[in-house]
Amino acid sequence: MLRLALRRAAQGVVTILAVIILSFLLVSLAPGDLVDVLAAEGQALNAEEMARLRSLYGLDVPAPLRLWHYVSAAARLDLGFSFRHGRPVAEVVLGRMPASLLLMAAALLVAASLGIAAGVFAARRVRSLWDGLVSATAVLFFATPSFWLGLMLMLVFSVQLGLTPIAGMMTIGGPPRGTLGQVLDVLRHLLLPAICLGLFYAAIYARVMRAAMLQVLQLDYIRTARAKGAGEGRIVWRHAFWNAVLPILTLLGIQLGHVFAGAVVVEAIFSWPGLGTLLVEAVEARNFPVVMGVLITSAAVVVLANLLVDLLYAVVDPRVRLR
Amino acid sequence: MLRRLFRHPTAAAAALLLLALLATALAADVIAPRNPLRIVGRPEIWPFADPRFPLGTDALGRDILAIIVHGARTAIGIGLVAALISTGIGVLVGAVAGYFGGWVDDLLMRFTEVLQTVPGLIVVLAVAAVLGPDIVTIVVTIGLVSWTSVARMVRGEFVSLREREFVLACRAAGMTDRRIILAEILPNALPPVIVYAAVLVSGAILFEAALAFLGLSDPTIASWGRLIGEGRQTLRTAWFISAIPGLAIVLTVLALNLLGDGLNDALNPRLRDR
Repeated sequence: MLRLALRRAAQGVVTILAVIILSFLLVSLAPGDLVDVLAAEGQALNAEEMARLRSLYGLDVPAPLRLWHYVSAAARLDLGFSFRHGRPVAEVVLGRMPASLLLMAAALLVAASLGIAAGVFAARRVRSLWDGLVSATAVLFFATPSFWLGLMLMLVFSVQLGLTPIAGMMTIGGPPRGTLGQVLDVLRHLLLPAICLGLFYAAIYARVMRAAMLQVLQLDYIRTARAKGAGEGRIVWRHAFWNAVLPILTLLGIQLGHVFAGAVVVEAIFSWPGLGTLLVEAVEARNFPVVMGVLITSAAVVVLANLLVDLLYAVVDPRVRLR
Repeated sequence: MLRRLFRHPTAAAAALLLLALLATALAADVIAPRNPLRIVGRPEIWPFADPRFPLGTDALGRDILAIIVHGARTAIGIGLVAALISTGIGVLVGAVAGYFGGWVDDLLMRFTEVLQTVPGLIVVLAVAAVLGPDIVTIVVTIGLVSWTSVARMVRGEFVSLREREFVLACRAAGMTDRRIILAEILPNALPPVIVYAAVLVSGAILFEAALAFLGLSDPTIASWGRLIGEGRQTLRTAWFISAIPGLAIVLTVLALNLLGDGLNDALNPRLRDR
C-alpha cells in the first residue's frame, strides 16, 4: 500500500515536471517577450530601459538557464509575477482555486448521483421503454456542448422564469447576512453551472453504470444470492451495486482533466470566479505567466486527484493492493 | 459490414444525416454564395419572418442560414483534419510502443500519460494565446492533444497481436519490422481505431466550438461556436441566435456518436447484445 502510494507520487512529480518543461517550451515559441509587451504599452520607452528590465526579470540569460530558473522557482511554488494583478502568479491562481474546486465537486456530485441512479434504474428494467428512454437521454446529453446547454438553461431558468441568478458566485451589493444566508446564496448561484457541467458526465456514468450492472447481475454470486432467497432490492443494492460502481470510480479519475477543461468553459458562461475565468482573461491579455500557471496547476490538480483515486481504489478493491 | 451497419435504424439515420451535412458543407457556396460574415439585412430578424433569411439574422444583420451552412464546412473540415492528425500520431506511437516493447514502450507510454494529464482544452487555449488564433494552428493543436487514447488502444492491440503465430511466421520468413508492422499487424489492429475516429471527429468539432464560443478561435471564419458566443449578448431579446447553431452542433455530434456506436456493433457482433 505504502509502496504503491510512493511509486504513484514519484510518477506524479515526473509528470508535473514534464508539464512545466512543456509549458516553458511553449512560451519560448511566442514572438516577443514581456518587455516587448511593456514597450508596446508605452511602459518602457527606450533601449536602455528595455535592457534594464530584461536583466531585472532574468530574460537576458540563455534559454536552458532560464528553464532551470523556472523549474527551480516552480519547485518553490513560485510561478512568476503577474503584472496585471500586481501579485505573484501562484497567489492569483491559488486565490481562484476554491471556486473552481467547488464547481467541479458539485458537478461531479450531480453527475455521479444522477448517472448512477439512472444507470441502475435502466439496468433493472433492461430492454423496456424506460431503459430506452434513459439511453436516449444519455446519448442526447453526451452530444450537447456544455456551453450551449448552459446558455439554454440560463435562458429558461434565469431569464424567462427568474428562478436562478444569471451569473457570479454571490449576490453583488447585497449578499444576505449571516453564514447560513451566504452559504445558501452561493448554492443558488452554483446550481445552474453545476448541472450544466455535470449532465455530460451523468450521461457517461449512466451508460457505464447500466452496462456494469448488467454484467455483474449475470455473475454466479448473484445467482447464489437469488437462490438463497434474497429480495431483489437487496440483491441490487447490497450485492451488485458496490461491484458495479467501481468502473465509475476509474472514470472519475481518468476524466478529471476533462472536467477541469469543461469547468473553464462553464465558468466563462456564468462568470464563475474560478481558474477558467482567470485563464480566459489571461489568454485575452496575453498574460503568459498566468496562462502557464493555470496549465501547471491544472496538471497538478489532476495528478493529485488521480493519486487519491488510486489510493481510494486500493481501499475499496483489495485485489488492487496485490499488484 | 455496411449491411450490418444499416440494420441499425439509428446508425442508418445518423449516416444519412452526416451525408446531408457533408453535402451541405460541399455545396455551401451554392446555397449561400455570398461571404457569410457580410451584413445583409436588418439585425435580429426572427426565423421564418422574412423569406430572404429563413433562419433569421444575427445581432449585426448577418444571415444565420449562411453562417450555419458555411459553419458546417468549418466544422467538418476541422473535425476531419484534426482526427486524421491525431489518428496518425496515435497509430504511430501505439504501434512502435506495442511492437517493440521494453524501454521504447515505457518511454512512449510515460509521455502519453503526461499528455493525458494536462486538460487538452487548456493546452489549446494556451497555444492559441501564444501563437495567435490562426485556424491552422488550432486544428494542428487539437490533433496534437487528442491522440493519446488512440495510442493506448493501438498499443494494446499490438501487444496482443505481436506474439501470434502469423507474426512469428513473418519473422521467421525474415520480413523487416517495418513491413510486419505496416502490412501484417496494423490491418488487424485498425477496426477499433476506425470506430474511435468518429469520436475523434466529434471531439474536435466540440473543441473548436468551445474555443470559438470563448472568442478565441479564428475570427475570419464562419463558425457555429462563434455564433453561439455572439448570441449571448442578445439572449434576452433574440435567443434563437444562440439556439440555432447549438442545435447544429448537437445534431452533428449526435450523428457522429451514433454512427460510431453502430460501427462498433457492426465490427464486434459479439457485443451486440450489451
